[in-house]
Amino acid sequence: MPGTTDQYEGMIAETIRIPGHNGDRIHAYYAHPVGPGPFPSVVWLHHFPGWDEWSKETARKLAYHGYATLAPDLYCRDGHGAPEDMAARVRANGGVPDAQVVGDAAACRDFLRSQPNSNGKVGVTGTCSGGRHAVLAASCAPGYNALIDFWGGGVVVRPEDLTAMRPVAPVDYTKDLDCPILGIFGNDDRAPTPEQVDIHEAELKKHGKTYEFHRYDGAGHGFFYYDRPQAYRAEQAVDGWRKVLDFFQRNLGN
Amino acid sequence: MCTNIVERTNVSGGGRGAQGWFTLAEVSVSYDHPFHVQLEHALNIDFTNESAGVGARVAVELTLESAKELARALKAAVDRADQYEATGYA
Repeated sequence: MPGTTDQYEGMIAETIRIPGHNGDRIHAYYAHPVGPGPFPSVVWLHHFPGWDEWSKETARKLAYHGYATLAPDLYCRDGHGAPEDMAARVRANGGVPDAQVVGDAAACRDFLRSQPNSNGKVGVTGTCSGGRHAVLAASCAPGYNALIDFWGGGVVVRPEDLTAMRPVAPVDYTKDLDCPILGIFGNDDRAPTPEQVDIHEAELKKHGKTYEFHRYDGAGHGFFYYDRPQAYRAEQAVDGWRKVLDFFQRNLGN
Repeated sequence: MCTNIVERTNVSGGGRGAQGWFTLAEVSVSYDHPFHVQLEHALNIDFTNESAGVGARVAVELTLESAKELARALKAAVDRADQYEATGYA
């Protein structure tokens, strides 16, 4: 966690293997502060392009801010290779099964909470498809303390677009959500569209859930991605990160 | 994955990937987030051979308009090839 210049700080960031959904051994990137803690934790679900540099870098950013962060390779069962090649393979196959992601995330949550220096509080988040997966994870396997949805597309889905791997629209699980949710969206996004965000927000309101949705003008999909010049919006991203860290501090802090 | 727009079919032929030429077995055509081209969504074509490993892939990412032009050109060339095979004249 950022402190004064005379304070020691350190982190360990490494690949580990944990039992995921159905006990399958999967890889996860574990970035965590060094020290006695107690530390809050975050399950970080990578975006569609895979378990890539940006995803791991963000895990380390969260660790820098004091969160023990575990990012499972959601494509682990599909093979191994360059992240882009893996994502292309998964894209061709229509994604990964929702139930599998929910199970992998829950396994990460339980791993984090069982660590001796955990403060017992675990959040879940992700960007793009990871935002959608985070919504699913928190809604279908209660027990998280905070949820952040970064522009998750496909939370609101037409019935004709449901598939065997994605059999239920995540928004339809809203009544089961048992933790506060922060949403970060760009008003120029098309996945999700502002209208789909409206539907999601209305559902949260209807069920009396605690939520904060922040919608940014002049931003589309993935506006935190500094390595995607057409998407990156520095001003909105800086403000968004402030809101993210504030939300996690309020809901996961000691 | 975010759009759910993907079409797959088997193909026979060869492609040149990062490790040189390999036998093609499948192609997937999707309209979704690209890796390289600076677009939110692109028409992505992946020629692969899954049995040869995940790296056996030839990737193309096109703007939607370019993809329409490619489809037109592909169809025109295929029609002429059919005619050539049948008659000896294109």
